[in-house]
Amino acid sequence: MSEVNIMDNEVDIVIGALQSDLTSFMNEWRPVFIRYHLIIVKDPDLKEELQIPEGFNLDVYSKSDIDRVVGSSKSILFSGFSCRYFGYLVSRKKYIISIDDDCVPARDDKGILVDAAAEHISNLATPATPYFFNTLYDPYREGADFVRGYPFSLRSGVTCALSCGLWLNLADFDAPTQALKPGQRNSRYVDAVMTVPARAFMPMSGINIAFDREAVGPALFPALRLAGEGKLRWETMEDIWSGMCVKVVCDHLGLGVKTGLPYVWRKDRGNAVETLKKEWEGVKQMEEVVPFFQSVRMPQTATTAEQCVVEMATRVKEQLGSVDTGFTRAAEAMIEWLKLWKAVGSSSSVPGV
Amino acid sequence: MATVTPTPLLKDELDIVIPTIRNLEFLERWRPFFQPYHLIIVQDGDPSKTIKVPEGFHYELYNRNDINRILGPKASCISFKDSACRCFGFMVSKKKYVFTIDDDCFVAKDPSGKDINALEQHIKNLLSPSTPMFFNTLYDPFREGADFVRGYPFSLREGKPTAVSHGLWLNIPDYDAPTQLVKPLERNTRYVDAVMTIPKGTLFPMCGMNLAFNRESIGPAMYFGLMGDGQPIGRYDDMWAGWCMKVICDHLGLGVKTGLPYIWHSKASNPFVNLKKEYKGIYWQEELIPFFQNTTLPKECTTVQKCYIELSKQVRAKLSTIDDYFIKLADAMVTWIEAWDELNPSKTSDESLHGAAK
Repeated sequence: MSEVNIMDNEVDIVIGALQSDLTSFMNEWRPVFIRYHLIIVKDPDLKEELQIPEGFNLDVYSKSDIDRVVGSSKSILFSGFSCRYFGYLVSRKKYIISIDDDCVPARDDKGILVDAAAEHISNLATPATPYFFNTLYDPYREGADFVRGYPFSLRSGVTCALSCGLWLNLADFDAPTQALKPGQRNSRYVDAVMTVPARAFMPMSGINIAFDREAVGPALFPALRLAGEGKLRWETMEDIWSGMCVKVVCDHLGLGVKTGLPYVWRKDRGNAVETLKKEWEGVKQMEEVVPFFQSVRMPQTATTAEQCVVEMATRVKEQLGSVDTGFTRAAEAMIEWLKLWKAVGSSSSVPGV
Repeated sequence: MATVTPTPLLKDELDIVIPTIRNLEFLERWRPFFQPYHLIIVQDGDPSKTIKVPEGFHYELYNRNDINRILGPKASCISFKDSACRCFGFMVSKKKYVFTIDDDCFVAKDPSGKDINALEQHIKNLLSPSTPMFFNTLYDPFREGADFVRGYPFSLREGKPTAVSHGLWLNIPDYDAPTQLVKPLERNTRYVDAVMTIPKGTLFPMCGMNLAFNRESIGPAMYFGLMGDGQPIGRYDDMWAGWCMKVICDHLGLGVKTGLPYIWHSKASNPFVNLKKEYKGIYWQEELIPFFQNTTLPKECTTVQKCYIELSKQVRAKLSTIDDYFIKLADAMVTWIEAWDELNPSKTSDESLHGAAK
């Protein structure tokens, strides 16, 4: 396992548009995005026309495309933040980078603009080290290495399938936390990338991620939909759910997940207290799922991401379905996703725009 | 914004344990931060040599003669001619917390140029909970300016008590001999402004250069093994302690943090000398790691000592096939616990196996 060379044309940048005016978003990201092909997916619930500045190499998908490709009965899967999964489905590239449309490039601790795409690509191109914790963090970064006591047989690492970035300014807190600390902003730039150890779980925020679509595409899906799911991140759990599943898959298949750099700058948006006034199930649901995920084991016979997801969906239905019908629906959505992935996601022809 | 409460000094609750064979001049640099505390100096090597301690520090010093006198035949578990002897200092300390540091480690500066009070950061780390059950992507949620992220289960937000705080090093990084030989000029210049908990079930290479721990909760597990003179291996003392400690912490529901504080590591040891010391370790660790990763402790092991004795049995049973050294080491692990209990009689009589000590 050594460093992989990732070409620009192997990457798609997928943006889920929950706001119609993407002008300033795209212009702020222009120096970073300009090299890559972009897929912009408009939230099917968004009524206004998208405004996108000129000069990018992109494909735009909206409700009519989603309906045509997956059928109007399935398009509910792709509403709100989940619209980006449609982009993952129709992409034909090996790697995907996905950033929320309320984020702009951050500056590092030296004031230099962070090229989040390049940093995600670097994370995916270098091995991950999930079987033993390196105290100097990512040993493949320049100026770092494995420390004394790190077993030599584990130093070649495994393929990194997922790169989870972080956020300056508005961190990804849940509504209660943000409501309690309305003024809290994340100003700490932690100059590190590290591998999330095998069997350890973390909340995978969908705000700023990149992944190897070929390796784990089937395992990143829109499935857990809260009853009161809304258009603010702290009104969703879909990415957290998906992240737990993808970690189980990665652990089973011997793939790595990195967390840390790159940072994006997340703009202030929304009022957490208003969110709390809604009937917000996310908090409760998370409590139910943790013991399940920590104990779920994939059978030896599951050798692909698809097979793992089928297995997961069965277990979710069996073990969590009785806890809350939302989980039964999630399991069904996972199977629906796999059907779509097979029909649309893995075909060699690009669905027409 | 809430006001930040100052970190307690804990000057009557914390000992600083320093192993040395040369001198303690480095303490001058640390004076502003260390002077309030009691030092335990463990003098390795020739006991007839006098180690000068700078004026103004209060300390107790133990050389090999003292170790032999205090422990008698049990002194066999304390390494000679290796900094592993520092664990004798852990054993004789009477304080709740221990901070141990090497004599070639100096005060580092943070990116703003300010001197880093490493001890204060270790205390902060130890006094706030760890989060081993679920990884927080914004690192230690108990630090100012941080918190638990969305999706972090609320039932896990109380965390677990922190048993160990593992600090890092700027300048000379803690590399093994082969890496030192390949990259003799590499220096760690990256200041990573984070503390994080090492997840339950994950092992790590624990470096003894800049380390603090709650002696009351994990002390007996901090045995640095048999290294140095008369032993086939060196530079694996802290590694061994770290693997045993982590297995026990995971079993007992205690947390281990790593990251800040940084110290400035000034001296690069000779890589050829290191290679000779580490040589066996490099091979052995390939089998030791799976051993520790797969080891389980029965639920009857409810104290650190019981866990440690159980571990020693497993070491004897499963690692003796690697080398006879591990039989010696298993014996030494038992001796260590016996000596620990003798010097640290516990308050409840049913826990102590050996009756009242002096």
